[in-house]
Amino acid sequence: MIRRLLLLAICPIVAACLLLEVAAAQDRSESAGDNAGDNTAAQIAALEAKADEALLAGHNGWMLTCTALVLFMTAPGLAMFYGGLVRRKNVLGVMMQCLFLMALMTLLWALYGYSLAFGGNDKGENPYLGNGQYLLMHGVARSWDVATGSIVKPMEGQIPRLTHMLFQGMFFIITPALICGAFAERMKFSAMILFSILWGTLVYCPLCHWVWDGGILAFGAQGAIAGGALDFAGGTVVHISAGVSALLCAIMIGPRHGQGLEDMRPHNLTYTALGAAMLWVGWFGFNAGSELLSDHLTASAFCATHFAAATGALAWACYEWITHGKPSVLGAASGAVAGLVCITPAAGFVNPMSALLMGAVAGVVCSIACGWKGRLGYDDSLDAFGVHGVGGTLGAVMTGLFATRACWDIAAGKPLGLLEGGSVLTGQIAAVVVTWIFSLVVTFVLLKMVDATLGLRVGPEAEQRGLDLSEHDEEGYILF
Amino acid sequence: MKKIEAIIRHFKLEDVKNALSEHGIAGMTITEVRGFGRQKGHTETYRGTEYAVDFVPKVKLEVAISDDRSQAAIDTIIKAAQTGQIGDGKIFVSDLSESIRIRTGESGNEAL
Repeated sequence: MIRRLLLLAICPIVAACLLLEVAAAQDRSESAGDNAGDNTAAQIAALEAKADEALLAGHNGWMLTCTALVLFMTAPGLAMFYGGLVRRKNVLGVMMQCLFLMALMTLLWALYGYSLAFGGNDKGENPYLGNGQYLLMHGVARSWDVATGSIVKPMEGQIPRLTHMLFQGMFFIITPALICGAFAERMKFSAMILFSILWGTLVYCPLCHWVWDGGILAFGAQGAIAGGALDFAGGTVVHISAGVSALLCAIMIGPRHGQGLEDMRPHNLTYTALGAAMLWVGWFGFNAGSELLSDHLTASAFCATHFAAATGALAWACYEWITHGKPSVLGAASGAVAGLVCITPAAGFVNPMSALLMGAVAGVVCSIACGWKGRLGYDDSLDAFGVHGVGGTLGAVMTGLFATRACWDIAAGKPLGLLEGGSVLTGQIAAVVVTWIFSLVVTFVLLKMVDATLGLRVGPEAEQRGLDLSEHDEEGYILF
Repeated sequence: MKKIEAIIRHFKLEDVKNALSEHGIAGMTITEVRGFGRQKGHTETYRGTEYAVDFVPKVKLEVAISDDRSQAAIDTIIKAAQTGQIGDGKIFVSDLSESIRIRTGESGNEAL
């Protein structure tokens, strides 16, 4: 680890030295005249190649680290965060959903998911869904070019396309895993699998393409709705889509057996607290990594992420302290996650002080939103909607307020957020509305389909025994 | 022979155990139990949802003892476990028809 960090630190220095060397070489070649030209040009080319290599090492090293961090968010992060919140008879059921989705979504991503999400942006001809250009990793993996007799190494911006594919693939994993919080403790495992396959393909891939690959919600894209939306790391693509779909899942699958009568307290909040801390760490990869290289803005996004998590945790815990008399561990843990969700779309667009404010607002609002289910009667078991749906929506809208060109001058000098006199807020709200409607409509159809074929719920007896035994023939805790 | 079951507070377990040991009672069994009597439960709040927790955690201590020593043991437990507040627990005493030491096959008072 230390060696890797040292390497990361050294790479920019080496790159700078090499660039200086190139500049000096150019000076020398100009003064030396034409006779030495060929030799010098070759030297320059060699130095440039070395400088490029050094840059790539830095960017790629950072992005692969981020990729691993984002995977770490699903399990152990989310698996423990969610696992602790269910009753002990369902702890394995939840962990299995996270673990299984890590494998399942990776397979889909490799076969066709990446292509549907990120194929065909260069032509601007596919505003609704990616094309088949990267099917089966074609044009992503290294290949042999017979004509030139060399290896083809596809790139995306500053990083290998392989790294880009892997990094984005981790988002494809965690998004359906977030939804599992809504139907926890009662959904059939087989139904969860079928739903996740369909949802990933028909909700995530299109949305991802719309926002991040020049589609109908991409900022500044031709024909984008209301000019498109700013979404740095997935406020709409990940959190609103997952949160809103989760709400519909909770409503359509119905409340857990014994809801309101039985003891449904979280069985192990120590898992949940540690899981939240892991999510906090992993989120640095999620948000700062979404810069897709390592530069000054990466640091800005990292800072915004951290600050929002901090005020989110403080705000939720203090809000409870005031309203209930005591600050809870679950409140602090949920608040950190709410702050992180909220800052996700804004991470690369807002300054640290705005991030502090956004996190605090998310902490209080999401805390209140988690109380709605009791009044409205739906059973969002682990508050996937209250935290991700509400926090994501809040974040997308607040990005429209606080986004500043000082962070990312994405509109060629024009102001961005409302507070600096910009007009991106309309695009943000439009993207929120589109994402809500799209997620609700498609999720509704998918749930109906899954219900008609496999059935969504386990039987009442299986639910009573717990999913660990009834779905997996195992127990989470065997104490001799 | 008597069997004494004492439901006591967690933090009194060490005191009770030491007091019984001082009276020469070296064997006992304890279990984590939950229940309620006059002591009310409490409320727990998770993300704003309140749960009334009726069953209060206690420790159940079981001692098998000869008839002549049972009253002394009961007094010892009362003295060591008492705080004077509601929730101190209860002691149940019942007749014990037999006891056997598995290693030797001894039975009755010999096995205690």
